Amino acid sequence: MSEREAGLNAAPRTTTQEPAGTRNLLAGLGTPVERTPVPGLQAEAAAFELDDVGVQYGDVTALKGVNLTIPRNRITAFIGPSGCGKSTLLRSLNRMNDLVDSARLLGEIRLEGEDIYAPGVDVVELRRRVGMVFQKPNPFPKTVYENVAYGLRIQGVRRASVLDEAVERSLTQAALWDEVKDRLDKPAVELSGGQQQRLVIARAIAIEPEVILLDEPCSALDPLSTAKVESLMYELKADFTLVIVTHNMQQASRVSDYTAFLYLGELVEMGPTDQIFLKPGEQATEDYITGRFG
Amino acid sequence: MIHPHPPMGPKSPDSPRRAGDVQARFDPTSRLGRRRGPRSSSFRSRVGAWASGGGPLIWLTAGAVSVSLVMVLGLVAVIAVRGLGHFWPAAVVETVYHSQAEGEIRVLGAVRRSETVTPVVLREIGYEIPDEMADELFVRHLFQLGNRDLTGQDFRWFPGPPFTGEWSYPEDVLVLERTEWGNFFGYLRGLQENGHVVAEGEEAWPVLRDRVARARDLRRRIEQIERRGIGSVNIRMERLRLEERAMELQGDEDPQVLAELRARRAALAEEYSVLEAQRLELQQEIQRDAVVAETMDGRLVDIPLERVIRASGPNRMSVTEKGRHYVGKFWEFVSDYPREANTEGGILPAIFGTVIMVLLMSIFVTPVGILAAIYLREYAKQGRFVQFIRVCVNNLAGVPSIVFGVFGLGFFIYFVGGGIDRLFYPEALPAPTFGTPGLLWASLTLALLTLPVVIVATEEGLTRIPRSIREASYAVGSTKAETVWKIVVPMAAPAMMTGLILAVARAAGEVAPLMLVGVVKLAPNLPVDGIAPFLHLERKFMHLGFHIYDVGFQSPNVEAARPLVYATALTLVIIIIALNLTAIAIRQRLREKYRSESD
Repeated sequence: MSEREAGLNAAPRTTTQEPAGTRNLLAGLGTPVERTPVPGLQAEAAAFELDDVGVQYGDVTALKGVNLTIPRNRITAFIGPSGCGKSTLLRSLNRMNDLVDSARLLGEIRLEGEDIYAPGVDVVELRRRVGMVFQKPNPFPKTVYENVAYGLRIQGVRRASVLDEAVERSLTQAALWDEVKDRLDKPAVELSGGQQQRLVIARAIAIEPEVILLDEPCSALDPLSTAKVESLMYELKADFTLVIVTHNMQQASRVSDYTAFLYLGELVEMGPTDQIFLKPGEQATEDYITGRFG
Repeated sequence: MIHPHPPMGPKSPDSPRRAGDVQARFDPTSRLGRRRGPRSSSFRSRVGAWASGGGPLIWLTAGAVSVSLVMVLGLVAVIAVRGLGHFWPAAVVETVYHSQAEGEIRVLGAVRRSETVTPVVLREIGYEIPDEMADELFVRHLFQLGNRDLTGQDFRWFPGPPFTGEWSYPEDVLVLERTEWGNFFGYLRGLQENGHVVAEGEEAWPVLRDRVARARDLRRRIEQIERRGIGSVNIRMERLRLEERAMELQGDEDPQVLAELRARRAALAEEYSVLEAQRLELQQEIQRDAVVAETMDGRLVDIPLERVIRASGPNRMSVTEKGRHYVGKFWEFVSDYPREANTEGGILPAIFGTVIMVLLMSIFVTPVGILAAIYLREYAKQGRFVQFIRVCVNNLAGVPSIVFGVFGLGFFIYFVGGGIDRLFYPEALPAPTFGTPGLLWASLTLALLTLPVVIVATEEGLTRIPRSIREASYAVGSTKAETVWKIVVPMAAPAMMTGLILAVARAAGEVAPLMLVGVVKLAPNLPVDGIAPFLHLERKFMHLGFHIYDVGFQSPNVEAARPLVYATALTLVIIIIALNLTAIAIRQRLREKYRSESD
C-alpha cells in the first residue's frame, strides 16, 4: 500500500493540453523526477509519453517510476535482462495487462496526448490504434486470408473488395504477399515460422494502427527469417511507430533508432541507439551491453 | 548387435557394468562373460538388465492393452456369434427317443444347443442310466420342437445317442413361422384353397411358396390399413372429442361449431367404414388358403396361411436359399415390429426409439452444457464459488442413474408434465398427456444425466486454448465477446464433440432411469409418424437396452427369446458405435479446421 501511495505521490499528473506533435517533448513534461535530456529526442514528435509509470501484479512491483517518450515513426527498443519489466512496459502500452486480473497501473501513459488509462477510454479502440506482435507466432486457426481480414471483419467490414484490397496491401507491406498469394485459402498454421510471424505482422497492420508493439518478435525465428522481419521493420517505420522488446543486443543496435535500458523494473537510461551502445551514460548499461551480466 | 531389450534407461550408457552384462549375454566367450562365472549369476544380471531397461513396465502396459482388447473383441464376438447365428435356418432332425417313463417319443426339431453332461445330471432330471454306463459322459441337445399350440412344449432337452435312435434329415420337413404360437414343425402334405385341396405332396412346395408370398402381401396391406388408415382416423377422432370437451369446459358451446364438429365426426366415421370394409375384404382374401401338414405324431392339421409368415423346408434348401432366408430374417429383425411378447419379429421400434431419444438428448444437452462451460470458464470470476460449482458438476456425474430416473419422474413428469396438462390439455384430463412418462421426459432426464460430461469436456477444451491466441485476438481490437465466440469457442469445438461422444455413449446404454420416465415393453406407435406434428414427444417408446432386459428376463418363452437377446445386444452395440463414429468423424473435421500450432 505504501509503495502504491508513494508511486502516486511521486507522479503528480501534468495537464499539458498542447497538441502533442508540435511541442518540445521533454520540456512539456514537468515531472519532479530528474530526467536527463535525451539528445536528439527533443526534435521528434511523441507518440507515447510515459509519466512515472509503474505496474504491480498483486503485491509484486514489476515496474516503477518509468518516464520516457516514444517518438513517432521511429523504432524504439526496450532492452534489459530477463524479468526487468520490459515486456510488462510494452504490454501496458496497449493495456494488454488488463487481461491479468491482479495487474494495476500507476502513473500515466499518454498516446498522442490522451491518457489511455483514463476512465471511459475504449480499450478496444486503443488496441486498434496500438497493434501488437508476440514472441511466438500466433496465427488464428483460420486461413491466411482470414487471419489478415479478421481485424477488419470484427470492425464490421463486409465488402469483399475492401477486404481483398486490405489483405493484399497488408501482406505486401509485410513482405509476405509474393510467398502466400497462391495459398490465401490455406490454413495459416501451414506456413513456416518466419512466414507466420510476418503474417501476424500483416494482421496487425491490416487495421492500420498508429503504433505496433513487437514483443521479442524474432526470438522463435531462424536467422534468415529474423533478417527478413528486421528489414520489414525498417520499411514499416515510415508508416508506423514501432516499439520492440528484444533480448538480442545486436538486433537492438541494428534496427532501433532509440534504445531504452531497463533493469530491475526501472528505466536506467534511454537515448539514441548509437549513443547507448557506444557511450552509455550509466555504468549498468555498459555492463549489460558488454555482457558483464544479464 | 541386435537384442530384444537394449539398455535404454538414462543411466545405462554411462554404466560400464551394465554394458558388460549385455555383452556377457551375447558373447559367452568374452572375458567379461567368463569372469561372470556360474550361470545363475549371469541369469540374474540378465534379468537385472531387462528390468533396468524398462522391460517389466513394457510388458505390464502392453499386457493391460491386450487384456482390454481381448475383452472388447471377445464381448463383441460372443454376442455376434450367438445373435447372428439365430437367423440361419437350422437343419431339422427326425429321430426317436426311448424313454422309460413315456415310452417312445418321436422327435422332429432343430437342435438349438448341445452340452456334455454327466450321468448324475441326467439321472437327476429323470433319465434312467444303467449302472454299467454310469462312468460315461453324455451329450444332450436342446430341440426346438415348435407346435406350442399342439404340445404345449416347444423346447425340450433330449439326450443324444444311445438314448435316441438314428438321426435323419427328411426332405419334406416343413417349418412354418407363424404369427402366434411360434414355429410349426411337420411334414408338408398339401395345400387347400377354400377347403379344396389344390396341390399335394412334392408339387405343393412351389404352390406353397407362391401362396405364402401372396398372403404376406395381403397381410402387409391389412397392416397398412390398420396402422396408417385406421390409426390416423382414431387419432383424429380422439382430437375431435378433445375439441368438443374443451368447448364444454369453457362453456361456450356454439351450436354452429357443434354442428360442424358433428359433421366432421360423421366424415371420419364414413372414412372409417370405408377402411374397415377394405380391411374385411382383404381379410377374406387372406383366409382363402391353408396348408395341410402332418405333425410328428401323425396328426394332420390345417394351418391357414393367414397366420403363416414364412414357410421353409430347411432340409431341402441350398446354401444360397439359406443365405436368402438368412438375409430375409435379418432384415425382418431390424425393420419389423415385434410379435409374440417380443420373442419374435423385429426390433424396429426399439432401434427407432433408442436413436431418436439419443438425438433428442444431444439436442437438449449440447447447448446447455456448452453454454454453462463457457460461462464457468470464460466469464465467471474464478474463485471458491466457481470451484464449488465445478465440484458439484463433477459429483453430478457420479450420481447413480436411477436417481436421475426418480428425479425425472418426480420433477419432469409429475410437476412439469402435470402442470402442462392442467394448463394446456385440461380437456384430456384425467387421462394425462404430458403428465405421464414419454419421449420428451426421457430425453430430458438423460440430458440431465449427461450434462456434467459435456460441461467437463468443454471446460477442458476451453482451458487448453493457448493464451497467445486470445491475446492475438485482443491485440487486433476484438472485444471479449468477439474473442470468445469467434476464436475460442470454434477452437474448443472438438472438445465439445468429445463431450457429446461421451454423453451419447452413456445415454444410449442407460436403461434404469428410462424405465421410470418413458420406456415401455411394447409401444403401439413409433414416436415419429405422418400425423402432425410428426414428432410426438409425449408418446412412450421402446428402447434397445430395455428390450434386452424385457426379452431376456421377462419373457414367457426363455429359450425362444435367448438368441434375440444377443441379437438385440449386438444391434445396440452397433448403434452406439455408429453414433460415436459419426461424432468422431465430425470432431476430426473440426480438428482439421481449427488446427492451431499448439495442438
